[in-house]
Amino acid sequence: MDFSLPPEAVALRDEVRAVIAEVVTPEMVHEAHATGTDSCPALAREFGRRGIIERAVDSLVDGDAVDCWVLLYEMHAAGIPQDSISQGTVTAAIVRRAGTPEQQALMLPGLLSGEAIACFGLTEPDAGSDLASIKTRAELYGDAWVVNGTKMWTTMAHVADWVLLLTRSDPSAARYEGYTMFLFPAKGTPGFSFDPIWTVSTERSNATYYDDVRIGREYVLGEEHQGWRTLGVMLGVERGVGNTAFGVPLLRRAVEWANAAGRADDPEVRALLGRIATENEVTKLLTQRAIWLSRTGGPGAATAGSEAKVFSTDRYQHLAATLQALAAPESLLALDEPGAAAGGWIDYDVRHSVPQTIQGGTSEINRNNIAERALGLPRAR
Amino acid sequence: MAFDLALDQSQEAVADVFGRFFDQECPPTVVREAEPLGFSSALWAKCCELGAPGIGVAEADGGGGASMVDLGIVAGAAGRVLAPVPFVDHVVASRVWPDPGVVEGTVVAALALRPAVDGVWRIVPAGAVADVVVGLDDDDLVAVRSAAPGIGPRNHADMPIADRPTAGDRVVVGDRTTFERCLVEWKLLQAAQLAGLAARALEIVTEYVKDRTQFGKPVGGFQAVQHGLADCVGPVEGSRLLAAKAAWALDEGLQGALDAAHNDVDDPIALAAMAFAFAAETAAFTTKKAVQYHGSYGVSREYDIQLYFRRARGWPLVLGDPAHQHRELADLLWPAGA
Repeated sequence: MDFSLPPEAVALRDEVRAVIAEVVTPEMVHEAHATGTDSCPALAREFGRRGIIERAVDSLVDGDAVDCWVLLYEMHAAGIPQDSISQGTVTAAIVRRAGTPEQQALMLPGLLSGEAIACFGLTEPDAGSDLASIKTRAELYGDAWVVNGTKMWTTMAHVADWVLLLTRSDPSAARYEGYTMFLFPAKGTPGFSFDPIWTVSTERSNATYYDDVRIGREYVLGEEHQGWRTLGVMLGVERGVGNTAFGVPLLRRAVEWANAAGRADDPEVRALLGRIATENEVTKLLTQRAIWLSRTGGPGAATAGSEAKVFSTDRYQHLAATLQALAAPESLLALDEPGAAAGGWIDYDVRHSVPQTIQGGTSEINRNNIAERALGLPRAR
Repeated sequence: MAFDLALDQSQEAVADVFGRFFDQECPPTVVREAEPLGFSSALWAKCCELGAPGIGVAEADGGGGASMVDLGIVAGAAGRVLAPVPFVDHVVASRVWPDPGVVEGTVVAALALRPAVDGVWRIVPAGAVADVVVGLDDDDLVAVRSAAPGIGPRNHADMPIADRPTAGDRVVVGDRTTFERCLVEWKLLQAAQLAGLAARALEIVTEYVKDRTQFGKPVGGFQAVQHGLADCVGPVEGSRLLAAKAAWALDEGLQGALDAAHNDVDDPIALAAMAFAFAAETAAFTTKKAVQYHGSYGVSREYDIQLYFRRARGWPLVLGDPAHQHRELADLLWPAGA
């Protein structure tokens, strides 16, 4: 066993930290939370310029996701706006895996340079965990597909260049067949529109509408009618790279509050700080294990990502709520309010923790996966 | 090779040899027969034949020269079967008092976890059966040979605990710093042992809910049960990895990265505190679920799961409240205030 990161990964980590420290200003963070748009264009461009996004994408495509994990983990741990970078990285990896040479030539330069933003049109008003029940329809007329329907939770759609869109192209096909995946240009495509969804956290998401949207066949990602396979490619590259590092900024904020509030010597506070540090370490190990197993395969590979996500998101909710109670009542005050505990970031963390057990696969679906595939219990659905 | 969470070849060999040994030699009947004292002299004798008692002692002192990672693997194997032998206590003591009898195992050694008060070490794990107790007496770490009482107070986990006097045949083997190092080793090996306990408890209850039928199907087919058990899987694996990382950090001689702000902590003292607290909590949580999903049978002494439930609590609590580790950790990470 060797828990040390390879020297190249350590160098990458240090570079990512240095870039974040150099590029990201408090104003950029403030802007992201004020607008709900979790992106930092200057940071994306700098990572792109340095080839860091490409390196992360390479590592996802190669199946040894350490570099990608290092990039995303450092952004998550820094607590900075990063949705646009992580969505772009995953999208570029799917294009590398499933795209034609023409698609790669068209789509990759923008994604890898950090200029282009991609978003995901997957779930719908009546199809969340049961994604296979989507109704958004794609019908082929000549050389173009015509899409009608509604997608939910397409975060970044309002600033996106590309939409990864899952449609039903053959409703008569068997389950998991008859889907088509697109990656189409979001800007200036007639019939494509969106409305904001404001969340309990600061984040803005979107409902997106498809009203006779014509998408050329050249934007089909993967085979036509084989979109479920392309989705499988996405889930494959995503495994283990989701945010699990919530507790790292939470701990810094807890320390900041404890010092400012004169509670740094309070045994109850110190026990909580030690607990957060401990659970952060466990989360990191479970996440590293998921990354490592995605390379090596073997027992646990199918569920390690679920285990890391269920644990980290559950603990984030618990620890944020515990901290908010300890720091009450000033912890009720929102970002930038005078007198707010840790500048309002504790209130933010409690709010931000809420969707984490839902988005990117609910804890319930992940528990089903663990029960069936790690414990070998009968399928309950 | 960096970032490799698999056991290497020699670690696999250790896992294989000791896994098979404990599985074969320590079925639940051995655990039950050793109650209430919590010590099987027959199993200990077999451990001695295998060379287990001296495995952690340097080869120059006649021992096996095992690494902490290796010792954690053995502790995990012992934990899986609730082996009623003081492997962890003895091994830690042996590393500061590698007396030939201790290395052979003919002399059983233990570690007193708290400094002596008025000439007595209170509630010493394995104190009921140890021939030698290593413990702190004022500023000296001493090894004291005295008669093992062979009996101890009845307790939650049927452990061979007892109070032991500091009087006897005494040798000074170190100082306060040596003692602190012993405690770190004890905590991380106990964490590994608890991780083994929790992993096996999860297997036992998983097997049970596949077999037990209610409402015409296995109770393990109900999501309420599935989700409760699914919640144990990550923490059980996490406690094994964290104990292993603490052991690895100690083997590597890492001189403490303590950067909690970036979640870069590889200081072995900090990791041992984390590992102990987390393994104790996970073993308690997992065995609680495991008893619950046995239904009423879970509380019956006839079923093995109660053996796991009680030891999951007893083994860590001999050190005091495991949550205290969180405060000790905070003292390391934020020495002055926060």
